[in-house]
Amino acid sequence: MRDVAVVSFAQSATRRDQTRNEVEILMPVLREAMAPTGLTTHDMGFTCSGSSDYLAGQAFAFVSALDAVGPWPPIQESHVEMDGAWALYEAWVRLQHGDIDTALVYAFGKSSPGDVGRVLALQLDPYVVGPLWPDAVSIAALQARAFLEAGHDEKDLARVVARSRRNAAGNPHAQLSGEVDEATLLDEPLYADPLRMHDCPPISDGAAVVVLAAGDRARELCERPAWIRGIDHRIDVQALGSRDLATSASTKLAGQKAGVGRVDLAEIHAPFSHQELIVAEALGLNESTTSINPSGGALASNPVMVAGLVRIGEAARRLSAGEGERAVAHATSGPALQQNLVCVLEAS
Amino acid sequence: MAGNLAAVLGTGQTKHVAKREDVSIAGLVREAADRALEDAGLTYADIDAVVIGKAPDMFEGVMMPELYLAEALGAIGKPLIRVHTAGSVGGSTAIVATHLVQAGVHERVLTVAFEKQSESNAMWALSIKIPFSQPLVAGAGGYFAPIIRGYIRKADAPLDTGFQVVLKDRLNALKNPYAHLHQPDISMEQIVSSPLLWDPIRYAETCPSSDGAAAMVIGSEQAADASSRPVAWIHGTAVRSEPTMGAGRDRVNPHAGRDCAKAVYAAAGITDPFREIDCAEIYVPFSWFEPMWLENLGFAEEGTGWKLVQDGVTALDGDLPINMSGGVLSSNPIGASGMLRFLEVANQVRGTAGEHQVDGARKALGHAYGGGSQFFAMWVVGKDKP
Repeated sequence: MRDVAVVSFAQSATRRDQTRNEVEILMPVLREAMAPTGLTTHDMGFTCSGSSDYLAGQAFAFVSALDAVGPWPPIQESHVEMDGAWALYEAWVRLQHGDIDTALVYAFGKSSPGDVGRVLALQLDPYVVGPLWPDAVSIAALQARAFLEAGHDEKDLARVVARSRRNAAGNPHAQLSGEVDEATLLDEPLYADPLRMHDCPPISDGAAVVVLAAGDRARELCERPAWIRGIDHRIDVQALGSRDLATSASTKLAGQKAGVGRVDLAEIHAPFSHQELIVAEALGLNESTTSINPSGGALASNPVMVAGLVRIGEAARRLSAGEGERAVAHATSGPALQQNLVCVLEAS
Repeated sequence: MAGNLAAVLGTGQTKHVAKREDVSIAGLVREAADRALEDAGLTYADIDAVVIGKAPDMFEGVMMPELYLAEALGAIGKPLIRVHTAGSVGGSTAIVATHLVQAGVHERVLTVAFEKQSESNAMWALSIKIPFSQPLVAGAGGYFAPIIRGYIRKADAPLDTGFQVVLKDRLNALKNPYAHLHQPDISMEQIVSSPLLWDPIRYAETCPSSDGAAAMVIGSEQAADASSRPVAWIHGTAVRSEPTMGAGRDRVNPHAGRDCAKAVYAAAGITDPFREIDCAEIYVPFSWFEPMWLENLGFAEEGTGWKLVQDGVTALDGDLPINMSGGVLSSNPIGASGMLRFLEVANQVRGTAGEHQVDGARKALGHAYGGGSQFFAMWVVGKDKP
């Protein structure tokens, strides 16, 4: 495989943004990501984006964003109706052909205008599950119950939340941060048994942009590129009764294919606290040797369709800044960790 | 396009109809996928990854339906990618699958595209009014009619050109058992007297709303060489996008379409498309888009595409048969319509197109477009290994 690296990354602050639309959130982030490369979007060999029409409440929501990116003269471009992490995967595949050396990847999403928990219920089997409208938090709670019954303790969930908030204090893009005491967290009332409000992600609007480059082009564009050493994604059956919700077979398989091994830091896309523990176990991560979610992760800010790409960007950014030499980033999609992508990055 | 060789190993599609009430969405896609695998002489166990495409999720009312469809498509434990590039999506989806093979990531990829329009209402799904955004005005016809009027004026085209295209495509559809519209009594009189919907588009000149799915198995050179079935070698692929709005855009003869055609011909080593391409399936949702795309694709000089139609050049027995299957004018499961164009030309060069086979077809073009004539996806397939 051809060596491809993340050479630049930018993200918006994540919050409920009542004054800007998706394009207005994306554009400054795009400029910020392009700036250190000295390139413009017209220099990019390929462009790929990730977003969801259902979040925007509009067919072809990605078209107005592309208009703003300015595909003129015409460009080579594609779009996935998936988290931006999968757009990055498609761009990585495209760079393997060898005829182009750079790719632009972006993702955007606004969860705040609608009821995102109910919107996500539209991902379920439309005949036998969707009509019951199980919202995203209720499904996560079912999974958390299965996880606890498999021999885990709710103190573990509180520990994940406290660490996320603590780490997010150093992340200017995060929405929820600060010192919280684990015992205090456990005193909070239940929100969707066994989850408490803090076990669930905030409602976030946001955008993220990654610039990829291959081989020597990456070294020209970035002093310390974060090379993609392995990338793979797998999907599990959707039906909640047909899989073990306490584990993640697709994450485990994707991790094996990507070759996770020993990593200095891990950015895990876990919108709910118990999901971080499930993914960490599937990837064979050990918190004593690996810094987990140094950004605070999706519990600190969760722009839907963007948060997976942010994990890759955060891991790459930290490696490029010298915070480690090898990292793993994870992205998820679908109810209860149905689909998972694992990306292993290295910088030296 | 650099990269490894790739070929179409098998194809499958459903009978396209207005309402498939006998199957779920999963049942519909499974039917096409089963047929593609059977045609390729393979099973789901032989497939490394699945790439699925469809037009906006609001057309069925299911958000990211690939998550629910993963099991029906045999994708459990495998990579699954969902593509959405507006109306060009069926073509783009096949190209993403091809890229995975050309990049050397996979040996055999199943690619599927579908639309089950009867689950919802596409026209109104396209007409949601978003504050501060340009409305599409009652579906695609409202958007494209002024562009067609622009073409007629610029090319000084005879007004019956659109009628000729429909008559040809609906007669071709009678030879395609999977086509949605089978109208054995179709006549020029019937077309001309059909109601005017969006001037100059008459009802008979519009595509139907269909439930349907298309599937292909794309394989590596090694997989193709090992196949006992006829294969279609992929000689070139190309995609191009341009903005919906912007000064300088020519909506009649879009820049992105011309660039995309040039790129796909260059990839396939084609210098004179009219002579070297034996037949083509192009995305014609409204009759007038046939002469317009003939020009955009370089088959005719600007302003002369209508002459090829009038002279019968694009008929099944003409010099450059276009839309042998009956085209989008005879079947339009939107998300699958682009893939059907790609699939039909693959069958032509494999010699498996059946009654609408063009004798001796060795090289053929598949074309899809979407959005406001701004997204293009194309491939050239051939009987011979490139």
